[in-house]
Amino acid sequence: MFRGPDTLMAFVTPSTAAESYDVIVVGSGAAGGQAAYTLTMEGAKVLMVEAGRNYDPRTETPMFQTNNMAPLRAAATPDKPYGYYDATVGGGWDVPGEPYTNASDDESRQFMWYRARMLGGRTNHWARHALRNGPYDFKPKSRDGLGFDWPISYEDVAPYYDKVEMLIGVYGTNDGLENTPDSPEGCLLPPPKARIGELLARQRGRRIGVPVIPIRRAVLTRPLNHRSIPPKLHPGNPKAQRILAEDMQNRAACFWATSCGRGCAIRANYQSTTVHLPPALATGNLDILVGAMVREVPLDAVGRATGVVYIDKATGSEHRVGARVVVLAASACETVRLMLNSKSGRCPNGLGNSSGLVGKYIMDTVGAGWGGQIPLLEDLPLHNEDGAGGLHVYSPWWLYKEQLAGKLGFARGYHVEFGTGRGMPGANAPYVHDEGGRTRFGPGLKEDARRYYGSQIFFSGRGEMIPNEDSYCEIDPKAVDKWGVPVLRFHWKWSEHETRQAAHMQRTFADWVEAMGGVNRRKPEGDGGKVIEPGGKVIHEVGGTIMGAEASKSVTNSWSQTWDVRNVYVADGGVFASNADKNPTLTIMALAWRTADRILDEMRRGNV
Amino acid sequence: MSDPGSGSHPLAARMDRRLAIKWMLAASAGALLVDPLGLSAAAPGPAPGGYGKDPDLLKEHKPGDYWPLTFSEGARRDVAALCNLIIPMDDRSPSASSLGVHDFIDEWVSAPYPAQAKDRTIILEGLAWVDAQSRRRFGVAFSDASPEERLSLCGEMAPEAPAGSELERPSRFFRRFRNLTLAGFFSTPVGMKDLGYVGNVPLPRFEGPPADLVERLGLTGEVTW
Repeated sequence: MFRGPDTLMAFVTPSTAAESYDVIVVGSGAAGGQAAYTLTMEGAKVLMVEAGRNYDPRTETPMFQTNNMAPLRAAATPDKPYGYYDATVGGGWDVPGEPYTNASDDESRQFMWYRARMLGGRTNHWARHALRNGPYDFKPKSRDGLGFDWPISYEDVAPYYDKVEMLIGVYGTNDGLENTPDSPEGCLLPPPKARIGELLARQRGRRIGVPVIPIRRAVLTRPLNHRSIPPKLHPGNPKAQRILAEDMQNRAACFWATSCGRGCAIRANYQSTTVHLPPALATGNLDILVGAMVREVPLDAVGRATGVVYIDKATGSEHRVGARVVVLAASACETVRLMLNSKSGRCPNGLGNSSGLVGKYIMDTVGAGWGGQIPLLEDLPLHNEDGAGGLHVYSPWWLYKEQLAGKLGFARGYHVEFGTGRGMPGANAPYVHDEGGRTRFGPGLKEDARRYYGSQIFFSGRGEMIPNEDSYCEIDPKAVDKWGVPVLRFHWKWSEHETRQAAHMQRTFADWVEAMGGVNRRKPEGDGGKVIEPGGKVIHEVGGTIMGAEASKSVTNSWSQTWDVRNVYVADGGVFASNADKNPTLTIMALAWRTADRILDEMRRGNV
Repeated sequence: MSDPGSGSHPLAARMDRRLAIKWMLAASAGALLVDPLGLSAAAPGPAPGGYGKDPDLLKEHKPGDYWPLTFSEGARRDVAALCNLIIPMDDRSPSASSLGVHDFIDEWVSAPYPAQAKDRTIILEGLAWVDAQSRRRFGVAFSDASPEERLSLCGEMAPEAPAGSELERPSRFFRRFRNLTLAGFFSTPVGMKDLGYVGNVPLPRFEGPPADLVERLGLTGEVTW
């Protein structure tokens, strides 16, 4: 069924890569990792092409380094926007030599684009929040008339959510809440115990009607069951079962230290590099080419993709490699750029762009924050609150009924993430109370710091954005990157649905601080436009190649296959037709698995 | 998005030095037309470029490894003295300078990044003001002034000063300097221990908060998993 090289595969160079593969996967993050995993475990010969450098979390992760060992006490800088120890390599809001532009000088109309240039992409640093979209989230237009329905429903994706959860390991609970799906028995790992501030927020949240439940995060709170899971994920495939069982035993459970954003040397959390790629490499079916920037997907005379053209970043030279199928998993916007730059006689406006919709409907997550100091949490006894290296609890959206009844003034919901606790001190000064604005110093300052340490809480709202005509990207008519490849130009606009939602977030958080016995030192901002995070800041960009039921109104069909070129699929968040408040990564992986299954079927049938 | 690590910085650095000198001279009201801390002749502002986008995260770093430091010996002594006024020794932990907080502040104001460049202006101006005041009033550098004299200067800077008032900038400087001192102190191993951070150690289980704390705060009913 599959052809291509038979030798044991691994990391290749332009000169050692084969001429042709069954599938080329562009990108190595959540989408590329999952697609490559599924394809190689089922026997396809795959070349993964990554623009960044090789990266090995087992040897490169700063697991116990303290902030005083880092420059600037590990403060965030433009070089490392999430702090020195954040796992992101070669990226951030700027990637040297790889610019992007914004059409508007007005900051509120600009988009910020976060990229990584490393194997595993942004999965190395992500928050590991692994929430399922609910049934409403696939049919939002049917519910409130806005945006687009997906051509698939929750039921289509649910089996893949189950599989991804079992593969990567997700902690959490089933709470039976509206549009917040439960997982079948055997999918979830036990949640970590709540921290003291999380317990207080839970109790006081109830007073203002906000539920608090365990969040779902891709962190192993105990080892995965290497006996029961592999047969469920790879029925009838003993080789895949054996490889996965072996690999699962090489992943340790969390040892309750080190923030997940640094990555994880013991492989206790999900990164493409620690979960997807090791078993995929063990199949012998995967070649990985790093430092290779794909520039174009060329087509043959009958309009089929022949493979990819890439630039070897080390030498600047251009190379071609062939494949029966090309999977674009470069991240929503990078995939758009690649498609729009793949112009040909058959596709003069870019590959897959007969609808003119490639690049349209870029969405991010709505974000707004609020902090408070809680006297009840002062003078806490010594105890370790590191926990699972991230959140233990959160609040799923709780006002579906009020919203549907039109009582809120904005159409979609948000969830609440909040941080409390006695985290590792760094470049931010510990809180002290400057009574009357007088800067406290001298004897007593230390006592103040000790007293208030761990008594602060920070809320972040994470809400759904409705796709709109003013938020999109296109090829900049002038600007090019250091290899001369045209770059993206962004257009951005939040609608009132988003800005009102952001204002609602702050009001809710201010009420919550009061309910916890804290005092708000200022009033929440009534104008959400002033507090909403800039577009792209939450790093949840999706859309740009949205899926749909009609070729004229979407870029891909319900299998994430481009309408125009049948052997090109989009596996990343580009296909999202809406961007629920739920963090997109789990859904990206579920869809990538589903797409890979479809590709395998189509290859077996000889359709691609 | 422009690359903040290059381009605008050399200019910004020149600007901040010029401003610092101008302001220092104004602040000293003609009493001293010299620059005892050597701030005007100091290093030509923050170095271009930082640690880049792919530094070695496993290597322990020391101030000065990535970019040259700024403070002259005199400035360093003043900074250490100021740090120690803000965080003196007590029965639980040592003073700020004994943990090298002044070197952290030097590293901070010398860093080639926008936030630090902004702080550089505030801190260098403020140090110049403090030193000039000390020399004018007490006839010696701040680090050589008596404890009472140093305290009186800090006491002047501590209150929130109205916008446009003479003390507005010294007050803003003092707040920023205090916060850098706090961060620098409590992020050292000794400072973390003093503050009560007991994490960063591998554990077989995560037990959650102590039961008596949960009970004291009336949260026993919330522990449902």
